[in-house]
Amino acid sequence: MASTRPKWVYLLLIVPFLGTAWVPLYDRLSPTLFGFPFFYWYQLAWVPGSVLLTGLVYLLTEPRRVVPRSGS
Amino acid sequence: MTIALTVFLVLFLFVTILGFWASRWRPANLGLLSEWGLGGRRFGGVITWFLLGGDLYTAYTFIAVPALVFGQGALGFFALPYTITMYPVMFLVMPKLWTIANRNGYVTAADFVHQRFDCRLLGVLVAITGILATMPYIALQLIGMQVVLAGLGMGGQGQWTDLPLIAAFAILAAYTYTGGLRAPAVIAVIKDVLIYATVLAAVLYIPEKLGGWSGIFAHVPSDKLLFSKPLTHNTGMDTGYVTLALGSALALILYPHAITGILGAQSPGVVRRNAIFLPAYSLILGLLALLGYMAYVAHVGNMPQFRAGFKEYGPSFAVPALFLRFFPHWFVGFAFAAIAIGALVPAAIMSIAAANLFTRNIYKAYLDPHVSDGKEAKIAKLTSLVVKFGALVFVLGVPEKYAIELQLLGGIWIIQTLPAIVLGLYTRWLHRYALVLGWVAGMATGTAMAASASFKSVIYPLPIAGYTIPAYAALYALAVNLAVTSVLTGILRALRVQAGQDRTLAA
Repeated sequence: MASTRPKWVYLLLIVPFLGTAWVPLYDRLSPTLFGFPFFYWYQLAWVPGSVLLTGLVYLLTEPRRVVPRSGS
Repeated sequence: MTIALTVFLVLFLFVTILGFWASRWRPANLGLLSEWGLGGRRFGGVITWFLLGGDLYTAYTFIAVPALVFGQGALGFFALPYTITMYPVMFLVMPKLWTIANRNGYVTAADFVHQRFDCRLLGVLVAITGILATMPYIALQLIGMQVVLAGLGMGGQGQWTDLPLIAAFAILAAYTYTGGLRAPAVIAVIKDVLIYATVLAAVLYIPEKLGGWSGIFAHVPSDKLLFSKPLTHNTGMDTGYVTLALGSALALILYPHAITGILGAQSPGVVRRNAIFLPAYSLILGLLALLGYMAYVAHVGNMPQFRAGFKEYGPSFAVPALFLRFFPHWFVGFAFAAIAIGALVPAAIMSIAAANLFTRNIYKAYLDPHVSDGKEAKIAKLTSLVVKFGALVFVLGVPEKYAIELQLLGGIWIIQTLPAIVLGLYTRWLHRYALVLGWVAGMATGTAMAASASFKSVIYPLPIAGYTIPAYAALYALAVNLAVTSVLTGILRALRVQAGQDRTLAA
């Protein structure tokens, strides 16, 4: 089961939490997007953000999906 | 309303038939606990996605999150950072639990804790915490169902008003008894289709009637859309919001119904892939939360036809009122059926999870260690009936606010199992007796913090060095738990007190 990838890849999983951890960063109305105040669309945008990051960690760590290294 | 009621009943009947059919789906010996209680650990990616989605996003969520936004504004949006934080944790932790559980035939997280730390007491404490936290959660599903039944005109006062709820729950109890985890797995597919259709219809159709999204947000006062700025020497919602999100995320993956859904998957890869794709529901949840603002802007709270509903159910009536105000009758029936069926799936999984815990970690661990496989499954089936009956009696006999307060308390309690379950997956260093006492300290601290707010709020304003830092009491209590557990582990190890044998590696 051992992956050839370094463990630091898993640190990417903490990024979505960090993105929403500092409330003063997004506790504001502007800029708006499609009529949504910043507070709302910023947090909604982290949903696909979280999917992409988790997906990336999956691809980098899934044992069966590790691409065989060429050469020695 | 007869059209709405007809659509509602037809959908409900369809789901009932599916529920009873579930015991024939992927036939196996339902006289085994791993078959009845975990669906034979054979659910693939798609079914697990529906099952967990149906499990974690409950009917009560669909009522309560918009209700919170309707009543309190921005705070209700914590559901978003909460689910954003939860899936990466699930991705990391749960495949590990799945692998150990599968290798050793564990049905519950308490099975794992018992064997990892060689401590039956710790196992039973984890089981009791799980059952205590789950019971009010089931009660809230019933309340969710009650609210939509009231919206259909089957509420109010009178001798027979509770009959539809009792009938719905009796049917649910019957097919959960026969089909086990297969029943909610099958129904979850229908539930999700109905919910997605309802939410999409609501967010595409209703804003147009209210002047579009910008029109809706423009009519909500900005002190509701955002948090008020913190006072001096007080971090306010800057810490309250984020800790509520983080604590709820950690709590949710520890709930027995979440773990049961995860252990029913066929491989750790299924669990990992689900942690990637489940956030699709978070998007729906975020949009759904905004229904609270739609209800606010549409002034449903002041309309005479909804007065009785709001009087009885408070802000929880916001979503039903919004649907009644804007949707055609037939679609009201469809949407209400979605919410009611949305209550059945988690209620079924929760009662199965509680039954698994009772059977494995209380009955088998203490009362009858040599119980046969057949009797074990029988006990679990009967327990699932008792659990549902208990929740029903609670909802009918006790004011709604107690169920809500107990559920808030449940979140604070369940997170106290984190050291034993989550840290236990990564390290054997923690000492079993230190974990027991850490649990005691965490439960006591968390309960005391909630009690100091008369169980109305879970945000505890802790004074530290001249500052007031309001944060989710569950996290403060968890910090106490972790501190006690680590210090006592150090002491017990120094005194060479027997730590017990890790049995999770055998077999």
